[in-house]
Amino acid sequence: MMRELYKKTKQLFPLGDLTEQRHDLVFVSIPHPFLSSLLRHLRDKEGFSHLVLLTAVDWLERGEFQLTYLLCNRSKAWDMGVRVVLPREGATMESIHTLWPTAATYQRELKEMFGIDFPGSPGVNDDFILEGWDDIPPYRRDFDTLKFAEARFTQRPGRESLDPAQHMAKHHSDGS
Amino acid sequence: MKKELEKRTIKGPDGFEFEVDPLTDYYCDLPPTVQTPAYTRIIESFFNWARSESLWILGFGTGCGAIEMRPLMTPRFDAYRYGVQWRPTPRQANLFVISGYLSVKTLKRVIRSYEQMQSPKYVMGLGSCTINGGMYWDSYNTIKRLDDFLPVDLYVAGCMPRPEALLAGFQELKKIIRAGEGEGANEYAKRFEWYKKNQKRTIHDWDMPDYNW
Repeated sequence: MMRELYKKTKQLFPLGDLTEQRHDLVFVSIPHPFLSSLLRHLRDKEGFSHLVLLTAVDWLERGEFQLTYLLCNRSKAWDMGVRVVLPREGATMESIHTLWPTAATYQRELKEMFGIDFPGSPGVNDDFILEGWDDIPPYRRDFDTLKFAEARFTQRPGRESLDPAQHMAKHHSDGS
Repeated sequence: MKKELEKRTIKGPDGFEFEVDPLTDYYCDLPPTVQTPAYTRIIESFFNWARSESLWILGFGTGCGAIEMRPLMTPRFDAYRYGVQWRPTPRQANLFVISGYLSVKTLKRVIRSYEQMQSPKYVMGLGSCTINGGMYWDSYNTIKRLDDFLPVDLYVAGCMPRPEALLAGFQELKKIIRAGEGEGANEYAKRFEWYKKNQKRTIHDWDMPDYNW
């Protein structure tokens, strides 16, 4: 059971609460300085040999970025997500490309889309999808994509947009 | 500028050293010129008929619409029976189907590929993304109007259009070419400055020749 794994690991690392999504998918949080040692422990001792993904959430109101490292134990078909929280200002995180070389690609993407730096990660400052980007990173929630699109691209006149909520309300009141 | 585009000295296998400037050495960058029609109407009409029956598409998929090309190539819809076929390189193609949303990064590759195609050449915009941005109308990274950047002969509306719509589009394009109105390449040459201005306004890290072929 993953709960036993959690109890066992908690004696070694300052883990936060356990979130059980399914019997084979759980999430734990940990303060970010302990992250790479926890991941190394899970990889080498607990069989979580596969990094499924590394992704970020922008909690703008709290002034935080949350990173999720999703690991997979293939022999037991278990998934575990490890979450860390970073301050949003000058967000920097330790690179884990030494644990999984594929992490470098995720880290390069996070640098471009969220502006989270991973010093020492190979090619982290290279352009990934955006070339010649000169605004704030577009996945940050304070980036106004509509305003940007209107300023950067010419629109063809005559396009109509309907507000989904109003449109559906009207649709229902017609009885159709 | 990217490192591989910088001017540098290269030592050949025979020990001879020479200087290479990738931006000017690898491609001809003379601006495009307007191709004048054949000297009589009947010859030009014959040429246009021949052109319309040989639509060779560049195998370049920009967005989700590229998936519509596979059923067209295979027996169910079989576009080859209409004289339409796909080619792997711009040098062998004369029709560029912009298949769906076009990101700024892809636009750069599209412009280079389009310019390397031989005249007369045609552009078809596929799906609502090429017409007005479609569902990506507020996206930070896709262009909203294809005809700002390339001369478009024909749009096929839909999200995504079915292969039948594309086949109808090919037939329509043939009519346009036979009527002598498939003048995209000449249009591009005539309004070259305007197209370049739009392209450079959108592509901020312009690191390629203004025209290359």
